[in-house]
Amino acid sequence: MDAERDVLDLLLADARQSTADIARQTDRTEAEVEAAIDDLEAAGVVHGYQAVVDWANADEERVEGHVELNVELDRETKYEDIAGRIANYSEVETLRLVSGDYDFAAVVVGTSMRDVSAFVADQIAPIPEVTQTVTHFVMDTYKRRGVEFADHDDDDRLSVSP
Amino acid sequence: MKVADRVERTPPSGIRKFFELAEAADDVISLGVGEPDFSAPWAARAAAIDALERGQTSYTANRGRADLREGIAEHVTQYDLDYDPESEIIVTAGASEAVDLSMRALVDPGDTVAVPQPSYISYAPTAKFAGAEVLPVPTRAENGFKLTDDALAAAGAADADALIYCYPNNPTGAVMDEADLRPVANFAREHDLTVFADEIYAALTYGGDHDSIATLPGMGERTVVIGGFSKAFAMTGLRLGYALAPPEAVEAMNRVHQYTMLSAPTTAQFAGLEAIRSCDDAVEEMREAYDRRRRYVLSRFREMGLDCFEAEGAFYVFPECPGDDEQFAENLLTEEGVAVVPGSVFGEGGEGHLRVSYATGMDDLREATARIERFLD
Ligand SMILES: Cc1ncc(COP(=O)(O)O)c(C=O)c1O
Repeated sequence: MDAERDVLDLLLADARQSTADIARQTDRTEAEVEAAIDDLEAAGVVHGYQAVVDWANADEERVEGHVELNVELDRETKYEDIAGRIANYSEVETLRLVSGDYDFAAVVVGTSMRDVSAFVADQIAPIPEVTQTVTHFVMDTYKRRGVEFADHDDDDRLSVSP
Repeated sequence: MKVADRVERTPPSGIRKFFELAEAADDVISLGVGEPDFSAPWAARAAAIDALERGQTSYTANRGRADLREGIAEHVTQYDLDYDPESEIIVTAGASEAVDLSMRALVDPGDTVAVPQPSYISYAPTAKFAGAEVLPVPTRAENGFKLTDDALAAAGAADADALIYCYPNNPTGAVMDEADLRPVANFAREHDLTVFADEIYAALTYGGDHDSIATLPGMGERTVVIGGFSKAFAMTGLRLGYALAPPEAVEAMNRVHQYTMLSAPTTAQFAGLEAIRSCDDAVEEMREAYDRRRRYVLSRFREMGLDCFEAEGAFYVFPECPGDDEQFAENLLTEEGVAVVPGSVFGEGGEGHLRVSYATGMDDLREATARIERFLD
């Protein structure tokens, strides 16, 4: 397999591990691993490295709304144009164009439901192309980016076995 | 109460002592575990739950459910193995039972069973419980712990009646490809040995696909292939395995099985069927994770100056250690809290080595190898 794909798999599993450890696990040199990471970043494959946070356990008020957006296009306006305007808001954590009953699926983050609602009402809804918004507040998160948040049983295997 | 002589004569496994030491110590990271750190794939677990919910709690046919045997027949075609689910497959309570059945159904008291060393610890005792003599056949680090016809000849295996081995190997991680197996197959044919090929780690190879000795000319008729779900599908606790063999051998094994086990665990059979039907991707993910850890551990050992041959199967590496392996393992455990298994418990040729299992998460492997490095300094 090519180095970039190998390295990407390891970054996906744990982006904090050292280049030396990635090199050991892929039988490559550290220089090769660094070059692969540079290439992944330069090609726009990897845009960043972030923690997977279970906010329920952080001592913080944080509300997440999943917002469905319908838009109406015209001759001059394309999806990307509208997306660019919406994505510029720092409150918008995720924005994707989707198939089905609505056009965009956004994730909006705020400190309270009122905060998120106000943002959608005051900033998103008034955009001329936006015809409808539906906001779903997140009540609980069980799994995120492949990581389950439930407590796991301890490793109860016998410590030494044949 | 009086204990039977043949049991009295069989010492407890040398692993036991390290188990007790490790259990007694605090903050131990264990690289001594012979089973996956993953849970069985969810689809397999869900099938087990579903079977229980539907009330499927009866015995099955002695040889196992027909659909499972058909599934196994299909599953092993990936190794070019071709077995009739009706007459050539028996489902057992783990590969362990298949090993036991092989001995009890196909070996006579007084027969000689050749057992390559170092080796998985069950073969010699099971052979002895069946009344057979055990002939150790040493394998060596310089041959990558592969079994050779020369080693068989030198040990006197020409006069043996049967040979039992496992490749991919526990404890060394060695594998044997078709070219390696051919001389062993020739030896077995020439000297009329029955071969019990424990291929439970077949799915866990890292250099190339697994080859089975049973596919070589004239070998199907004298080989019992032992397989299982414990390792590849991370299902150790469900106790499910199987044997593939010519009809008369399966018939004989089933004779013992029907009186001693009746049938393999029913819930496990449902899980196993789902596992072979739909869990290839999960197995591949686990295999890739093992492979990354294998490379990690091998390169860390090389950095520390521990000699370690390139193990290409199962989830073990088998580095050489300075001095006496038992003493080394005991000191490593008490001083640094890392449990490994001394190679000598796996028989002749294992001394001076350690079995290191990488069926453990990367964080623990990082910490454990750091501790070993400190211990060596
Ligand atoms: C080589 C070998 N054969 C057989 C077994 C036992 O497998 P099972 O759980 O299917 O009885 C093991 C388990 O450690 C093993 O390493």
